[in-house]
Amino acid sequence: MITAIVVHDGDNVATALEPIEAGQTVSAGPARLTAIDAIPRGHKIALRDIAAGAAVVKYGSPIGTASSPIAAGAHVHTHNVASARGRGDLHVAPRSPDIGIP
Amino acid sequence: MTSGPAFLGYARADGTVGTRNHVLVVPTVICSAVVAERIAAAIAPVGAALPHLAGCGQIGPDLTVTHETLAAYARHPNVGAVVVVALGCEQVVAQQIADAARHAGRPAHIVSIQGEGGTLRATARGIEIARELAASLDSVERSWCPASSLVLSVKCGGSDYTSGLASNPAVGRLADTLVDLGGAVVLGEIAEIMGAEHLLAARASTPATGAQLLRVISRVEAEAMALGVDIRGTQPSPGNIRGGLTTIEEKSLGATHKAGERTRLEDVVGYAAPIAKRGLTVMDTPGLDVESVTGMVGGGAQIVVFTTGLGTPTGNPIAPVIKVTGNSRTAQTMADNIDVDVSGILTTGESFDVAARRLFTEMLEVASGRPTAAERLGHREFAIYRRNPTI
Repeated sequence: MITAIVVHDGDNVATALEPIEAGQTVSAGPARLTAIDAIPRGHKIALRDIAAGAAVVKYGSPIGTASSPIAAGAHVHTHNVASARGRGDLHVAPRSPDIGIP
Repeated sequence: MTSGPAFLGYARADGTVGTRNHVLVVPTVICSAVVAERIAAAIAPVGAALPHLAGCGQIGPDLTVTHETLAAYARHPNVGAVVVVALGCEQVVAQQIADAARHAGRPAHIVSIQGEGGTLRATARGIEIARELAASLDSVERSWCPASSLVLSVKCGGSDYTSGLASNPAVGRLADTLVDLGGAVVLGEIAEIMGAEHLLAARASTPATGAQLLRVISRVEAEAMALGVDIRGTQPSPGNIRGGLTTIEEKSLGATHKAGERTRLEDVVGYAAPIAKRGLTVMDTPGLDVESVTGMVGGGAQIVVFTTGLGTPTGNPIAPVIKVTGNSRTAQTMADNIDVDVSGILTTGESFDVAARRLFTEMLEVASGRPTAAERLGHREFAIYRRNPTI
């Protein structure tokens, strides 16, 4: 059976130590679950369903929020997790006049 | 002689202890960098140059940071003597760099390219001085110094999923051990604390220190956001993302492990500013590896332990940089850059404590003079943090 590491009891994701194929059974801490996506080595698998807008938790702390509903066993990465920090794209930044270079 | 863990270091007149004994060749300005590099190369490996892009066209805080960083290297415990190479018309004052060295009890000389009359004469004069200084350092011997005299810089770069799961927690236990012995640890890269600051602030020795950490992190986040783009793309970097790191919060939570699990946060200091307290200090450095290591060594770190998942070659001109990986593939594919492989934490069940004990032994051996991979390969990267435009 393939193993994924759960760092902290409160985490809702685990890290795959080997590549996981969709349909494989994964041992993650005390849990057993079935991967529903392929998970590359070092990437994360959801341990349970995570609602859109809910915190994704690793190391016992939030690492971002789910940007869409994430099902248990799904690949968790940039396509379905948004960062809450350094989001200049979500804020109107004061623009300095763009004089350009002739 | 000393009781407890010790290494063979250079006990300096100013009370600091060096792990190396370089003749430092400091260009005041980019224009004198090539001459400085040629002088240092003539006395390799004892010679170390600090080629940089600054020293002129700077106003305000950046000029101050350039001056202070160069002066910090000139009085660094790993430096035994200094040659300052000036052009002659630049902003950075050669005398100020030389004075910093002399006040710390190190001999220092100034060579000016305009004063000597060109590249060839300045290089020849510089080499002549540097050879005399190198000969005088030959007679200086190492003596047993306590591990507590070390200021350890902890750093990570080219991070992947193994960094937060294996190498950083192992280095964190090394940091805890060194602080228990009375030593000092410095953590930089403010952007890579973003998302983990609550953990460090909770360990602050005073409420004021915790508040200072949060202020510095807010400032860096505001600077990044003022650019109007998502920080994701540089934090985490494309390689970090391929390596499994999804957000800056995840990267930071993994990265902050390397500052220890229980060390108290004693101080927050500016870029390359002196690390004055034992225990853990956070330094205001950017996340770019070379600028970050340059600042922490400037603050007085005599040794750097640098974790990497993907593998990276970064060294420093005067401080040994020990590379640690928790990725078993990187340990093989980039073997010439890696000093310590702790991938057994993930593959064979090596405990963090056993890995940390190996790191402690490695740290003392390198502090006593054994060259690191970066030193053997000639990696001497140096870059001063710049926040303002060149005028």
